[in-house]
Amino acid sequence: MVVWTDFERTTIQDIFSKIDYAVVGQAAFSRCLTVYPWTQRYFGQFGNLYNAAAIASNPKVAAHGKVIMEALEKAVKDMDNIKATYAELSALHSEKLQVDPDNFMLLGDCLTIVVASQLGKAFTAEVHAAFQKFLAVVVSSLRKQYY
Amino acid sequence: MFRCIYKTPLFAANAALNLKKKSRGKMSLSAKDKETVKAFWAKVSGRAGDIGSDAVARMLTVYPQTKTYFSHWKDLSPGSAPVRKHGATVMAAVTDAVSKIDDLTGGLLSLSELHAFTLRVDPANFKVLSHNLLVVLSIMFPQDFTPEVHVAMDKFLAAVALALSEKYR
Repeated sequence: MVVWTDFERTTIQDIFSKIDYAVVGQAAFSRCLTVYPWTQRYFGQFGNLYNAAAIASNPKVAAHGKVIMEALEKAVKDMDNIKATYAELSALHSEKLQVDPDNFMLLGDCLTIVVASQLGKAFTAEVHAAFQKFLAVVVSSLRKQYY
Repeated sequence: MFRCIYKTPLFAANAALNLKKKSRGKMSLSAKDKETVKAFWAKVSGRAGDIGSDAVARMLTVYPQTKTYFSHWKDLSPGSAPVRKHGATVMAAVTDAVSKIDDLTGGLLSLSELHAFTLRVDPANFKVLSHNLLVVLSIMFPQDFTPEVHVAMDKFLAAVALALSEKYR
């Protein structure tokens, strides 16, 4: 049972209310594909991912970035039930998509970096810690249905 | 419903192009990576004090398991004297590593011995500090810390971590 402090709850709600899902989603997901190119293995149908410029201008990458952010919003809207919220998504990632769960935190790290650059000084160490905790809970929930 | 991606023409095309890239060994730094790192570091090292201090402070706050290595400090809070001092130490070492980018293993030998025999830091933590450094860089230099710079810096810090791990066993 995850216990959230008031600060953590407010911080997570606040971050997600401030960011543009299309912008942050595209930036984080394209960074993940660029910085950790082996993650491209799951996106063979996305077209040209050959270099950073191609990834940055790829419309399927942008669209999928937004999908990811919208999925994260589900967790933000019900922070006390993240495991249940992601039960189906976890099974999907495990059984159909067959994503190595170690990849989840690679995307998480890229998202942290993008959110940090958006919020600037407001992304203090305490805010960063709350965000990291949120990501850890999300990743843990996504790992639940793997066997 | 889900096609085998390995058989799609686009996957094959990307794979073929990737194979054409010159092989340099396990994720080692290309000439372009080194140029990118040197240029970016020259730009940012003027703020080394702030960067190092914030990165260490963040590491201690966001990844509290790292505090276990600093139980001898009187004050682990952000902005405290030991945190600032250690931030400066780390940044000086990274700057030194940039100058030795063509032979990190050789150049960081004594630092590796220090971490392996005296400090005995679990090498998994090197990744943690690296990540926090990158977060600080993206906050302080949002325009310059492009995806291209990000991947070069991530590779470089991973190479530094590998060189630091050299003497462990």
